[in-house]
Amino acid sequence: MAEERRQKQCSVILPTESMKAMAESVGVGQLQEESCVAISEEVSYRIKEIAQDALKFMHHGKRRKLTTSDIDNALKLKNVEPLYGFQSQEFIPFRFASGGGRELHFYEEREVDLSDIINTPLPRVPLDVSLKAHWLSIEGVQPAIPENPPPAPKEQQKAESTEPLKVAKPGQEEEAAIQGKSQGATAADGKGKEKGLIRLKPRSTHELSVEQQLYYKEITEACVGSCEAKRAEALQSIATDPGLYQMLPRFSTFISEGVRVNVVQNNLALLIYLMRMVKALMDNPTLYLEKYLHELIPAVVTCIVSKQLCLRPDVDNHWALRDFAARLMAQSCKTFSTTTNNIQSRITKTFTKSWLDDKTQWTTRYGCIAGLAELGPDVIKTLILPRLTVEGARIKAVMEGPVVSNIDKIGADHVQSLLLKHCASVIAKIRPQPDNVEQYRTDYGYLGPMLCSHVMKARTQAALQAQQVNRTTLTITQPRPTLSVSQSGLSGSTGPRTPSIIKVPSSLTLMSPRPGTPSQPSPPATKYIVMATSAGTATTQQVITLSSSQSASPVTSTVPSATSTLQPLVKLESGSGPGLTGSRPLQKYIVVSLPSSASSSLEILPCLVQLKTQGLFGLNVKG
Amino acid sequence: MAAVQGGLVDADEDKDIKTEASNDSWGNNNANDGRLLSPSPGSSASAGSNKSAAGASEEQQTLLAVLQFLRKNKLTESVEILRREAGLPEDSLEPKGAESSGAGSGGASGGVDLEGGDASSLLSRVTASSTAGAQAPTKGPIQSAAWLTDKLSHHSASCPTAKLTHSAGEDQPDVNVVLSAYSQQGDPALYEVYYSGLKRFIESVLDCHRAELSQVFYPLFVHMYLELVYNNHESEAKAFFEKFSGDQECYYEDDLRVLSSLTKKEHMRGNETLLDFRTSKFVLRISRDSYQLLKRHLQERQNNQIWNIIQEHLYIDIFDGMPRSKSQIDAMSGSLAGEAKREANKAKVYYGLLKEPEIELPLDDEDEEAENEEGKPKKKKPKKDSLGSKSKKQDPNAPSQNRIPLPELKDSDKLDKIMYMKEATKRIRLGPDNLPSICFYSFLNAYQGLTAVDFTDDSSLIAGGFADSTVRVWSVTPKKLRKVKSAADLNLIDKESDDVLERIMDEKTASESKILCGHSGPVYGISFSPDRNYLLSSSEDGTVRLWSLQTFTCLVGYKGHNYPVWDTQFSPHGYYFVSGGHDRVARLWATDHYQPLRMFSGHLADVTCTRFHPNSNYVATGSSDRTIRLWDVLNGNCVRIFTGHKGPIHALAFSPNGKFLASGATDGRVLLWDIGHGLMVGELKGHTDTIYSLRFSRDGEILASGSMDNTVRLWDATKAFDDLETDDFTAATGHIHLQDNSQELLLGTYMTKSTPVIHLHFTRRNLLLAAGAYNP
Repeated sequence: MAEERRQKQCSVILPTESMKAMAESVGVGQLQEESCVAISEEVSYRIKEIAQDALKFMHHGKRRKLTTSDIDNALKLKNVEPLYGFQSQEFIPFRFASGGGRELHFYEEREVDLSDIINTPLPRVPLDVSLKAHWLSIEGVQPAIPENPPPAPKEQQKAESTEPLKVAKPGQEEEAAIQGKSQGATAADGKGKEKGLIRLKPRSTHELSVEQQLYYKEITEACVGSCEAKRAEALQSIATDPGLYQMLPRFSTFISEGVRVNVVQNNLALLIYLMRMVKALMDNPTLYLEKYLHELIPAVVTCIVSKQLCLRPDVDNHWALRDFAARLMAQSCKTFSTTTNNIQSRITKTFTKSWLDDKTQWTTRYGCIAGLAELGPDVIKTLILPRLTVEGARIKAVMEGPVVSNIDKIGADHVQSLLLKHCASVIAKIRPQPDNVEQYRTDYGYLGPMLCSHVMKARTQAALQAQQVNRTTLTITQPRPTLSVSQSGLSGSTGPRTPSIIKVPSSLTLMSPRPGTPSQPSPPATKYIVMATSAGTATTQQVITLSSSQSASPVTSTVPSATSTLQPLVKLESGSGPGLTGSRPLQKYIVVSLPSSASSSLEILPCLVQLKTQGLFGLNVKG
Repeated sequence: MAAVQGGLVDADEDKDIKTEASNDSWGNNNANDGRLLSPSPGSSASAGSNKSAAGASEEQQTLLAVLQFLRKNKLTESVEILRREAGLPEDSLEPKGAESSGAGSGGASGGVDLEGGDASSLLSRVTASSTAGAQAPTKGPIQSAAWLTDKLSHHSASCPTAKLTHSAGEDQPDVNVVLSAYSQQGDPALYEVYYSGLKRFIESVLDCHRAELSQVFYPLFVHMYLELVYNNHESEAKAFFEKFSGDQECYYEDDLRVLSSLTKKEHMRGNETLLDFRTSKFVLRISRDSYQLLKRHLQERQNNQIWNIIQEHLYIDIFDGMPRSKSQIDAMSGSLAGEAKREANKAKVYYGLLKEPEIELPLDDEDEEAENEEGKPKKKKPKKDSLGSKSKKQDPNAPSQNRIPLPELKDSDKLDKIMYMKEATKRIRLGPDNLPSICFYSFLNAYQGLTAVDFTDDSSLIAGGFADSTVRVWSVTPKKLRKVKSAADLNLIDKESDDVLERIMDEKTASESKILCGHSGPVYGISFSPDRNYLLSSSEDGTVRLWSLQTFTCLVGYKGHNYPVWDTQFSPHGYYFVSGGHDRVARLWATDHYQPLRMFSGHLADVTCTRFHPNSNYVATGSSDRTIRLWDVLNGNCVRIFTGHKGPIHALAFSPNGKFLASGATDGRVLLWDIGHGLMVGELKGHTDTIYSLRFSRDGEILASGSMDNTVRLWDATKAFDDLETDDFTAATGHIHLQDNSQELLLGTYMTKSTPVIHLHFTRRNLLLAAGAYNP
């Protein structure tokens, strides 16, 4: 491979067209082909030379990233006037344009109105350089403090789990890669001596220091306590603290035991709190939950399908808990499901089985359907849609038959709205227009007419969104944004191999005002950067749109169809703000989609689901 | 003319041999071999001067062959010139004519015609004719008779013009002007054949020789490629590069990248790297057996092309004994110009420490002092620390106290020494079971701009150099930084009072940090003076600046490097400092001289880091040419060249006892060197990125390394140096057997949170301080 690269090195020169274009730009027309070749060779060589010198400056600047100033310095070294105007620290703002078979990268120089500049308020002054000391190691042991990286390298946790993760958790790929590089790091952990010839799987001990025990006590008490502000803080800590590895088994047991007890006691509030803890644990990028799924998943599933979750099923809103837990389940399916553990198929089977059972109560039935529906449109299409007729008949029996019990009626009502909500958007995708009520009735039975109206609403909603996309910047002021991927028009189904891109109008920012609840600790600032690359010309488009939950029919996440070649990689980056001291940790989501031919598995979902749940549960998104 | 020309050649030849002989014992050998190599063109010159009958007829036959060839190609003009010059009769070109001329070489027969004319006119004639002869072949299609043109070229190479230019100096491009016009004109296609022929041969030799002979590949490859490029055989050069570049050792990849971008003759001008490669001989170390094998092969094949390159551009250091193994060779190779010559590391180095000045200690400290004396014998290595050094005798390896004039100790220095001793008594004894604590100083909001860091020896101040041309100084103790009052205010204070030193400070200026502005480019090197009164900074703008830490103003700008200055450091005794930069020269300065006292030149690429030896008598420099050189401050000589790194060197550290040197490079390896023996003694692998900082603990037991891979690693230095087997044989041959014991020596790895570690410092009590900029 190195050889290939070298060969490339040898032959790479700038295309002569570039020379022509540049010549034209300075007023030299009719450049001969030979001169172009000669010039391009010379220019290529000089560019390489300058790049090599610039690298020197990068190395001495003790950076990994080559900046424009390095190039300037390299030019100065050669006694060449530096390039002025390229001062960007982060990226070089080249824009790309193509047309008429020509491709062009250009530097956009906008005309700026001086009065605009004068009138715009000054940007914030960048923070001054400051110095902060912390203990990297105390007599050879690295303390688990936020300033240090998580004490247990993820690689070590990974090695302990049987199957290496195929789908890395959002935000972990990068760190895992770094960990992987510093293989020696793990070997040298502790005294660095334990590497013998015989490889024994080390027994993992989870000793908690006194501080950690106190922390555990505080956190768990806050999580299930009565003070909401404390709880938010505790959950925030669970979701971001890098040093929780040692406490993970305890947390896991706490949650599973807690669910066990509180289901029996029908304590809805506590169950909700525990589910939020699960959510926080899953949000923590430094934890590998794989080893504790056997405890967490049953707890979550319990909260989805349990017959009774609260003391007064007719009054309490246990449906919300089921919805939330179902989303958690879906998220963990996406994140942790591998070919070995088969979480998703096992879960699907479990849900389907109890759903198909006639004796199943409405509550459980609701849970099963919610659990399945959250798994995505494919599952809805294959498992839920065919059973709509049967389910409709059952609902009809309760709604229109003799009143058996109020509870049954409420249950049936909820199941009905759940089905409508989830199925409508899917049907809108797969069913061609026009929507005929009679047709729907024959296809879906009792639920048909209602579905029809929902589908029509969904269609208008989609059209609205398509319009919204045309705006370059979406500013969403509702505090509860939902992020959904929808396919505009008939796209996606046009062909099995159509490359698709996530098209985002040049910049996409999510804005929401500061949360209305001042009692909450400052929420993490979240930034979404959605980048998309695609090969060839895109014929279909998948659009990431942002819709608020206030819209007529909330559009749930619709992922590209299985035939799509899109395999997005979702990377979640989270870290503290610009400084270690940053009080408001900044969370960054980078969604990169790459066209690939292999599988239709969509890693984009966890992120989306995550966003949604985050929105629902009080965490606000701030651009 | 025969006498004149022959004499000239002879004299030159002899001189060459002599100089070579003085360089190494092998020079003579080489010259003799050259003679044996007939009918190789290289030897034809000496053969001609030999005047042996055989050599003469050989020469003539060659000439005749050339003439016949020219005639065949209808180059009558040049035939005529050549013939006339050689003094051959018209009919000599007939087949039987070979024997007709009784005279010896062309030059000799020329002498028959022109009886002893004056040399200069002759010279000019020869020059003219030979150039004409040279240009002529370019007109004709000559590819088929490559060897012939070869002869032609070397025939003319033996004539004085070529000789003169050659001896005129090492200005290779000029030589090439001459050489290229002849030798490599016709046969670019054969380069591949030659190279692959040699490759086949080396692959077929015995295993024990193969590794050694493989060393030849890289320099040969480069020179052949350059020759092709120089002679405008662009496509052939590319093909050659593509075909064989993959075979080269991976650590040459950076150089190959430079090479690959170079495809035009015009590019060679101004490309220093390549110029260096041409002008400096690539040094190889090969055992005698292997060398004989190579020589024999080249003789058999009459592979003159390769032989010429070997003779012209390679310096083969032959040793007797076992050929080295692949790993041994790999350990030492990797530098831009091959290994160091053995002679280069033979000079005596006074690596011992200077005797500490005697300082009266306050009485109450005597107890502690005594305690430490007792603790002393536990240590294995003799330490020449200030501790207990009073009783020690002068180290035989130490330079004499006044070898380099050092500044007198001031009262404040003595006070500081006392402080140092007090602190030292509280020092933690480090070891594998007693690792140091590490305190990490993160620079926040530095936005990738932190380029250099330094701590004062007493760890009270931190200085940071930034890409925005500023230097900032922080106080890490509660004591704030204060400026001295202005001159007007100073007049007002009572100079007789006891706390006058306190009074001169302006309380209003007290702050935790100060910014020093003055540079006009990124600050790459920074160094505190030992007395904490001054700070040095070196920058991209080509200057080194001296700042006062009393007034926080710039005192001097030292101009000398016209290019970026990558590093600078104060001598441990103050007063002197060293700087090194892109101009490939390290300079030694004294703070009170605006011009450098010494220029250390010899590196083939940028001097990337500079360090003073603890005794201030030596300076170590690391370079982008992947070598480390040790320079004698007294006379400016290079006394050690260490090769073995595979990337530019970015960190150097002397052990506190002055015996050892540690170096870190972009290849992520730390190498340990024995200065006295001039040997590599250890290799520490583990880092995955450039090492920017190295530091020994105060007692030399632990080596800490900080790297771009966001880790601090601790290594067991005691073990690394104790395990040495520096028997006489190793020392004599310089062959090292490195065990791969990095894992055993690694005592700890500490990850930072995305913060590259760019500086390390052991406090006087052996607490490790690290610094770097947080890059979220």
